[in-house]
Amino acid sequence: MKNEMLLSAKNLSVRFGGVLAVNNVSFDVRQGEVFTLIGPNGAGKTTVFNLISRIYTPTTGSIEYRGPNGLLRLTEQPPQNVASLGIARTFQNIELFEHASVLHNLLIGRHTHRATGLWQDLFFTAKVREAELKAREKAEEVIEFLSLQHYRDTFVAGLPYGVRKVVELARALCTEPKLLLLDEPSSGLNVEETDDMAFWIQDIKHELGITVLMVEHDMSLVSKVSDRVLAMNQGEMLAMGTPREVQTDPGVIEAYLGSIDDVSSLRRAASGLTSTAGVA
Amino acid sequence: MRFIFKTDYGQDINLTKHGGHLFWYSALVLLMVAAPWLFAEYWLAQLTLVLIYSIAGLGLMLLAGFTGLFSMGHAAFLGVGAYTHAVLTNMGVPFPIALACAAGLSAAVGLIVGLPALRVKGIYLGIATLSFGFIVEEVLARWESVTGGNAGIHIKKPDIFGWVLETGDQFYFLCLVITVLSTLGILNLLRSPTGRAFVAIRDSEISAQSMGIHLAYYKTLSFAISAALAGIAGALYAHNLQFISPDQFNILQSIDLLLMIVIGGVGSVHGAFLGAIFLITMPQAIAMVKDFLPPVVGQAPGLQGLVYGLVLIAFVLFEPMGLYGRWLKIRTYLQMFPFYRKGMFKRQKSFQKSDRLK
Repeated sequence: MKNEMLLSAKNLSVRFGGVLAVNNVSFDVRQGEVFTLIGPNGAGKTTVFNLISRIYTPTTGSIEYRGPNGLLRLTEQPPQNVASLGIARTFQNIELFEHASVLHNLLIGRHTHRATGLWQDLFFTAKVREAELKAREKAEEVIEFLSLQHYRDTFVAGLPYGVRKVVELARALCTEPKLLLLDEPSSGLNVEETDDMAFWIQDIKHELGITVLMVEHDMSLVSKVSDRVLAMNQGEMLAMGTPREVQTDPGVIEAYLGSIDDVSSLRRAASGLTSTAGVA
Repeated sequence: MRFIFKTDYGQDINLTKHGGHLFWYSALVLLMVAAPWLFAEYWLAQLTLVLIYSIAGLGLMLLAGFTGLFSMGHAAFLGVGAYTHAVLTNMGVPFPIALACAAGLSAAVGLIVGLPALRVKGIYLGIATLSFGFIVEEVLARWESVTGGNAGIHIKKPDIFGWVLETGDQFYFLCLVITVLSTLGILNLLRSPTGRAFVAIRDSEISAQSMGIHLAYYKTLSFAISAALAGIAGALYAHNLQFISPDQFNILQSIDLLLMIVIGGVGSVHGAFLGAIFLITMPQAIAMVKDFLPPVVGQAPGLQGLVYGLVLIAFVLFEPMGLYGRWLKIRTYLQMFPFYRKGMFKRQKSFQKSDRLK
């Protein structure tokens, strides 16, 4: 099972008008690993996520995914089918159902597992009740897993940011995914909350056996949990490998910190500015 | 204060959450059943009208309050239902079959109107449905061979397989049964996966989609159910007045319906009923006060419109959660006395939402 390919992006490119947001990106996500995308702002990480969850369609290239019924081309699936194929995601800026309780949010996460249709729902038949109880049990498991008991009946609109992040993770877990996409799971969290998040990501990988693909800026979290890292800049792939390899890659360092030439040219420009200011 | 001790998950699924619910709603049902013997004929007629508007309000509440799609031409569905029912009834079709046809045709029209909702949102959808309302009104006025044009048509008494409902009491019970059934249907939907999908679409389309909710299916479904309920209300409305004409289903009626759910409280089933009570009693209240006002004000045309407008503005400014929201506050105040705090129902500012995916 290990090392088997779960998702494979092949030569992905997306163009929005004149902007090439993602340029010829290819990578494989293996079964059971934590794969992280890093890169400066505007590198195209979230765009890659949106390609996988079919919010965008790639201009060229394709994504293959090992679904429940064998290998399929994800880029040909309609967006609402992605969840039932076993891909769940969270959003960078939190997209919860605000005017509903935490439990209600988690139950919406069970939507792909619904067993009943409109007419059964309308009359609330015994089968609906049974399915509801099952969904509730599953939601309770996730609540237990992420220690959300305290917030079960609270409305999302009144929750603090850190808890919302966890609720979003919980909602994604409720779909019982094979592949979990986490878009900046630690953004806006304090140090302890980030630590909790790291534990949960490890638990998700080890205990639940879910493959994780995430975008993250916090390098300590990245090196703690990820098996492999892909660094991107300006829509292009920079380096791929273990966290250590990527962190020491000269191209990556340059993308984040700039090259020595940049610094010296900046210094020249700065001194030029001061000298002209002196003349004036 | 009431503390509910939960011992199994079924308690969260049941319609009545505790004994108090059961007691008060049973009392309400008993009162409604006893109403013909308690109230004078005039008030019973008003109550019948409240029930009819509640059914239409339930439909609009499902669409606007729970799916987040505002329809500004809802009277058109009322009209389609009313005319379908009237034409079929006059042809001698029994009431239940005619009613089912009225609901079905309205739902079918709702499906078609729901299609633009897949692409347009908010104010643009409002304009699309508004123009749809004008189209239907015009069709009803021009298609004289069927609708009788602007002269309108009379409708026979409801005939349930040979049992003709002659009196107001009988018609009241008919409306009551249909209202109770529609309410139960809506409550069932809202506690099941279908209803949750609607709420998900209302709050965030993008994440609803990534949870596997088929946006197109559920949006058109919401339109269809909403239109079907409006169609049923329309059929009863036709029987209630015994005469219908196209101008009863114009934009003013649509605005009345929208006003009803906003004042009742968008996003609550109770709101549909409270709004209907408001909509029916307000003209009575105005008529009563009229005589005590100076004639310049009291006899001025458009007084009712002015009062409605002011009330609506006041609600939007001071009580966006409507009458039901006000009731929740009063109830909490009484339950928690003397610990109620003013800020308890203040909405927290929502955190920045992603603009990129909108």
